[in-house]
Amino acid sequence: MRKLIIATLLLLSPAMLLASGGPPLQKADIDLHDQASLQRGAKYFVNYCMGCHSLQYMRYNRLAADLGINEIALRENLLFGDAKPGDLMENAMRPEDSLKWFGVAIPDLTLVTRWRSPDWVYTYLKSFYVDPTRPYGVNNVMFPLVGMPHGLSDLQGIQEPVFEHAHKEGGEPVVVGVKLVEQGSLSPKEYDAMVRDITAFLTYAGEPIQLERQRLGFFVLLFLGFLFIPAYLMKKEFWKDVH
Amino acid sequence: MSAEKTENVSWIDKRFPLTETWRAHLSEYYAPKNLNFWSFFGSLAILTLVIQIVTGIWLAMSYKPDATLAFASVEYIMRDVDWGWLIRYMHSTGASAFFIVIYLHMFRALLWGSYRKPRELLWIIGVVIYLAMMATAFFGYLLPWGQMSYWGAQVIVNLFAAVPVVGEDLSIWVRGDYVISDATLNRFFAFHFLLPFVIAALVFLHIVALHHVGSNNPDGIEIKAGPKGNRWSDKAPADGIPFHPYYTVKDLTGVIVFLILFSLVMFYMPTMGGLFLEAPNFQPANPMQTPLHIAPVWYFTPYYAMLRAVPPMWGSQFPGVVVMFGAILIFFVLPWLDRSPVKSMRYKGPIFKVATGIFAVSFIVLAWLGMQPASDLSTLLAQIFTTLYFAYFLLMPIYSSLDKTKPVPERVTS
Repeated sequence: MRKLIIATLLLLSPAMLLASGGPPLQKADIDLHDQASLQRGAKYFVNYCMGCHSLQYMRYNRLAADLGINEIALRENLLFGDAKPGDLMENAMRPEDSLKWFGVAIPDLTLVTRWRSPDWVYTYLKSFYVDPTRPYGVNNVMFPLVGMPHGLSDLQGIQEPVFEHAHKEGGEPVVVGVKLVEQGSLSPKEYDAMVRDITAFLTYAGEPIQLERQRLGFFVLLFLGFLFIPAYLMKKEFWKDVH
Repeated sequence: MSAEKTENVSWIDKRFPLTETWRAHLSEYYAPKNLNFWSFFGSLAILTLVIQIVTGIWLAMSYKPDATLAFASVEYIMRDVDWGWLIRYMHSTGASAFFIVIYLHMFRALLWGSYRKPRELLWIIGVVIYLAMMATAFFGYLLPWGQMSYWGAQVIVNLFAAVPVVGEDLSIWVRGDYVISDATLNRFFAFHFLLPFVIAALVFLHIVALHHVGSNNPDGIEIKAGPKGNRWSDKAPADGIPFHPYYTVKDLTGVIVFLILFSLVMFYMPTMGGLFLEAPNFQPANPMQTPLHIAPVWYFTPYYAMLRAVPPMWGSQFPGVVVMFGAILIFFVLPWLDRSPVKSMRYKGPIFKVATGIFAVSFIVLAWLGMQPASDLSTLLAQIFTTLYFAYFLLMPIYSSLDKTKPVPERVTS
């Protein structure tokens, strides 16, 4: 029922038909109901991403409550430094350091899946490739001239670019994809699963209320649906003498 | 309220015309008995206005109109304020719902000829309400302080800079700065808070005018001019029925259907695939980084397409600005453009029907074009449909008098 509603609305929404430029996205195929996946994603994010990227609108204890993490597990696995459970997850790199080391302010990722999309984040994390011209030796198909290193390269391994030669003579070849040349400590399948968990977690963090809003919506619609019946019968009753 | 008044009610009636007002505007206000579903949108417009005002006041309790805090305060509302997410989604869905309802309400007026004598002022007050709504929406869209808020406001305020001679000063006066800034955000917040109450006052005038001339109906027949006498009164129009309870119970069913559709969007698709809440607006405003593609929210896109359709002339964008505002202001003179002897589309001839169809299609196509990145093809299409949009109005005096109309019945049809 709920899926049917969403599908109908998606079909009705013309913005979905708008073609967007850029390389093709891979389906993230996340499941926000899968708490284990979200918990793993939170752990990966805090361990691998949060050295640099903050989640400045997300609170640790909100995350713990929503993902079924108890306070002991929260303190052991997710809280580092002097962070307290009620804090916002903003104890990442200081902006002045990031400007010095990377030349840019490192983006906060709380809403990244909302202004990009979950599929974009998933594809991005799989699209790093070796590029000796870049300061950190890597580039990204989804984000040309990206300023960050590949934080998960030990796990994924090394990818090389796949070029498509320009149709115009003298044009630069274009990177259209990547191929794995040296596997890291995870198999490609395991790496995909890890990236999917991170994407799922970031999608949750982008809108923590999402599941609750869908659950509540069902009851609101049920109520309104039932309310319509007496309202309609009342209208018919009142109007039966109008000719 | 029953015929026998209680002691309390008569105490009030001696001091304030409570029963009199109730009768004049509800229980003894006679509306045509043949109103169809198009008439729902009037009461729905009041409902959406109330939703916007109530949710807006509650948002203002936690929102911070400060360029350094605004974006974070919206996320604070979405995450830390109890039910804040619901209030915020109600307000963002409500903004789009308000425009959908108003566009349908206005289209209904076109179909029934509700702008014709004696309802010219009623129509004009309505167009003023529409303008006030557009201003309110424009001010409100800056408040979340996202990328699209910022750059959308930048584009629209720059329109004022295209005015010859005073333009540059005018745009600085509107912004309160050389660029969109904290000063702009503060004044836009003040106006966004004020204007809905101005709209409420205008709605009051709209209803005063409506109840003075009486409601129109799908046949475009004046029931006041027809025979008198119905079950409730000898002097009331024979084709009229008391607004309350007949139309209150009928509109209630319309309200429930509307709330079902509203809830479907609010609970399952609050961004409406990027139409109601645009994806770039989940990024905080960054004055140093212009987005690749700037488009206003969907309800402004028909006018935005017209703006882009007009090429710069004499090195100025001003002609485009004139066309854009002209497209809205032309509604004011509509009552005097229609020369047809009949009011309702039911009895108008084929030319008028086709013209209205082309007009409706043009409006929708322009809305779609306004969302697309500009290209040669989209500009050409926008030029064609802008011409058709204006042709509907400007040629109306000619085709409405040439058109073959059908005979109008004496009494309303059911």
